[in-house]
Amino acid sequence: MRELKLMKGNEAISEAAIRVGCDGYFGYPITPQSEILEYLMVEKPEEISGMIVLQAESELASINMVYAGAACGKRVMTSSSSPGISLMQEGISYMAGAELPSLIVNVVRGGPGLGTIQPSQSDYFQATKGGGHGDYHIIVLAPSSVQEMADFVGLGFDLAFKYRNPAMILSDGAIGQMMEKVEFDEHQPRFTEEEIRKNTPWATVGKTPDRERNIITSLDLDPARQEIHNIKLQAKYRKIEENEVRFEKIACDDAEYIFVAYGTSSRICQKAIQLAREKGIKVGLFRPITLYPFPVKEIKELSKKVKGILSVEMSAGQMIEDIRLAAEGNIKIEHFGKMGGIIHSPAEVVEVLEQKIIGG
Amino acid sequence: MEENITKENIRKKENIVYKKTNLMTDKVLSYCPGCGHGTTHRIIMEVVDEMGIQSETLGIAPVGCSVLAYEFMNIDMQEAAHGRAPAMATAMKRLMPEKYIFSYQGDGDLAAIGTAETIHACNRGENITIIFVNNGIYGMTGGQMAPTTLPGMKSSTSPYGRDIVTMGNPLKITELIAQLPGTYFVTRQAVHTPANVRKTKKAIRKAFENQKLKKGLSFVEVVSNCSSGWKMTPVQANKWMVENMFPFYPLGDIKVDRELVK
Repeated sequence: MRELKLMKGNEAISEAAIRVGCDGYFGYPITPQSEILEYLMVEKPEEISGMIVLQAESELASINMVYAGAACGKRVMTSSSSPGISLMQEGISYMAGAELPSLIVNVVRGGPGLGTIQPSQSDYFQATKGGGHGDYHIIVLAPSSVQEMADFVGLGFDLAFKYRNPAMILSDGAIGQMMEKVEFDEHQPRFTEEEIRKNTPWATVGKTPDRERNIITSLDLDPARQEIHNIKLQAKYRKIEENEVRFEKIACDDAEYIFVAYGTSSRICQKAIQLAREKGIKVGLFRPITLYPFPVKEIKELSKKVKGILSVEMSAGQMIEDIRLAAEGNIKIEHFGKMGGIIHSPAEVVEVLEQKIIGG
Repeated sequence: MEENITKENIRKKENIVYKKTNLMTDKVLSYCPGCGHGTTHRIIMEVVDEMGIQSETLGIAPVGCSVLAYEFMNIDMQEAAHGRAPAMATAMKRLMPEKYIFSYQGDGDLAAIGTAETIHACNRGENITIIFVNNGIYGMTGGQMAPTTLPGMKSSTSPYGRDIVTMGNPLKITELIAQLPGTYFVTRQAVHTPANVRKTKKAIRKAFENQKLKKGLSFVEVVSNCSSGWKMTPVQANKWMVENMFPFYPLGDIKVDRELVK
């Protein structure tokens, strides 16, 4: 039985975490995502499932709590917003290096610096290109509704454990704060230590006589071995790119033009499609759901069929670089961005489509 | 008599009076001659062995000379980012309250870059053990000034001696955390003589027993030397430690059973 609730995107993250059998949440307050920690504190998940919730002294502490919990084979997560996610990059890089599965939620606000508390999509580069030091990627899921905020918690954990890699939900302040109806699955139990020992034999849960000691580290002072480790990581990323691309197409079948957008700006584009089609412009929406892995093949195919693409982002133009690389110069691709916490209006999206792509 | 003193004879089981601890691996220690890390590693592993808790003990290695501590200790271990071990230990203990969790940290790790994590884990009273090896210098990176470097002490980044006006005072973090209500047992020991080794081992045993009894946070500082970083022979380094480090960092219990020692 699915249960129907009306709640904020941030609260949906928390409720989903309790229900999917998350073992621990470690976080630090920052607008616009503090409801995630607040909701968990109100719900007392320790009494429901045994899930631990802790308010840490900083984002640095939070992410390293996640590192250690993940190293014990636990399903652990944190959440923050842009400045806090910057602080977490150390731990995320270490987790990528040590191949630890975990879930990080970024409810993005405008930057750079302290920036604004209003929604933005200006952390695309940081999320999809690694973010911290070293050659690595994390899996990035971009929800566009409160329902997807909930659904991507379980999906994020599943992908993280499938590939022993951190996963991120890259949301924004609008989706975190908006209320919508959302359906939840029933509660799943957390894994027992016995299951953790079986499912994640690498986890540090105590050396027993039947196995060698487990070590979780991202360090290897021997360059030859470090190179082998890097090659192994890269092979894993190629596998993720091959198997885990997710996207949604809306009104693309007869489309002559395409909006590419994710999250909040993809919702604006849906309204823009209606307005444009009323004017006789055949435009569709391609919505990447995984930002890493990026839907490279699908965009390339689309670029052979349509006349032009408009990338609609709440940023100075970040995803457009991936779209252009994917399209390999086949057609005209332009960017329409809003920054600093401003959201596009559907009418201006249509106007820019007409000016920059159709008339340009 | 003399012909009996051969390698073969010495290695005979009946002649062995001192041997490698069961829970140390066969990996040769990478530490400099006279360094206190090897001894400290060993006594932690002796305590874990004697308490029979190998399968329930999880250690955290720091960044610094003991970054490879996990190569020498035959238990499940995690390697921390610099200074973050107390945050990690917090999560591990919260998620698995029945396990024994210890962090092993140097002075730069614990008292400079990780000060926030140290203070807050101590203040929350996490039921963990922190082992703090203080040699007043950054050993692994080549002898730079540490938060615990003494006034006037030379290092590669205080080549004319630590000037407290421009470089700040050494931080007595152990006395500081003893003031926090979350700490249960705080002690400062050393491992330069057999008698001190025995005292340190007793303190570490007590720290692990406290975890078993869910008493809260135990903090064991080990004042140590760094012959390479201090540019001395091992013997000189120990002498210098006794004459200079111990007056500033006096040995003994600072807080026992949540009560400050008068």
